[in-house]
Amino acid sequence: MSSTAIEIEEKEDLWGGGVSPMNVSYGKLMMWFFLLSDAFTFSALLITYGLIRFSHPAFEGAIDDFVFSQEYWPVPEVVFEAVPFLHGVHLPLIFVGFMTFVLILSSVTMVLAVEAGERMDRKGVEKWMLWTLLGGIAFLSCQAWEWSHFITGTDTGSQLLDGTLFRGANLTMNEYGPQNFAALFFFITGFHGFHVFSGVMLNFMVFFQAVTGKLERTGHYEMIEKVGLYWHFVDLVWVFVFTFFYLV
Amino acid sequence: MQQNTPIEVKPIDKDKVKMFLRVTLYLFVITVFEFAIAFTVPHEYKWLRIFIFVALTIVKAYYIMSEFMHLGHEKRSLKMSILFPLLFVAFLLFILLFQADAIYQAVY
Repeated sequence: MSSTAIEIEEKEDLWGGGVSPMNVSYGKLMMWFFLLSDAFTFSALLITYGLIRFSHPAFEGAIDDFVFSQEYWPVPEVVFEAVPFLHGVHLPLIFVGFMTFVLILSSVTMVLAVEAGERMDRKGVEKWMLWTLLGGIAFLSCQAWEWSHFITGTDTGSQLLDGTLFRGANLTMNEYGPQNFAALFFFITGFHGFHVFSGVMLNFMVFFQAVTGKLERTGHYEMIEKVGLYWHFVDLVWVFVFTFFYLV
Repeated sequence: MQQNTPIEVKPIDKDKVKMFLRVTLYLFVITVFEFAIAFTVPHEYKWLRIFIFVALTIVKAYYIMSEFMHLGHEKRSLKMSILFPLLFVAFLLFILLFQADAIYQAVY
């Protein structure tokens, strides 16, 4: 690509075919446009969360007095306060913060894999792709735990509007707040988790291609860059999910 | 297949790696700062909290897109092709938050 730079004199030639006016390969450009469309999907989901949240009453009062109720939207830091192996300890948002760092770090190792690929450093690509894979799998495992904790619920449960005591959450009922709270949790973090899962699959695919020497024989490691774009996007989306679902 | 010439591995681009580590540090510090805000600014200041969180999230998104996804170093035409359509997101956010308030007023 860049080694065979073509000098363009006239603007017309630039858009006249034969070169990429945007100076990226076809594959990377299409990945960018796919990610743009995916960004719209995630935006729609997160904005829907905002729409439904702000059409419900907010909890008024001190955070220490907060109890779960279907009357108002729950405060996320009270819902997501559990950490594995520390049952009953109030540690708001600690676990989800840990998950955020895992995903950011796996983004960093991805970027180092891309950098190694640009230098044709097969060993480096293998090493950093392996770390990226581990980060992705660690994140998915954390999310599996988070989901099962959310579904199982707290020790006491809480009373629904019709007076029944209910623990945990499913698609129609949950102890934390209005019905849609759990539905949105499952949909948004689930859709993101599915992206992480696909990302791990793609990462494994390029890792496999790097290990077997396929990419080296091709003569470049652009596959790593394309899959890397997708992987960073997954991290980017998580940054937004983290803010709008857990912090706000 | 019949590649007999050994592949030449270029040395590590130290500046680039340093830049990646610096961005990592920024993302880390911003996230820690968000945690600090979440537990120090009381919930009564709801809109202040939301403003700070959204602003910091956009800073993080800028670093991820610009450096990790390399968009900051791409051609202007590519940057604009990606960033301009995102204005629709701002538009949808704007109208649906108004809609949310209208639903709230109608129901409660």
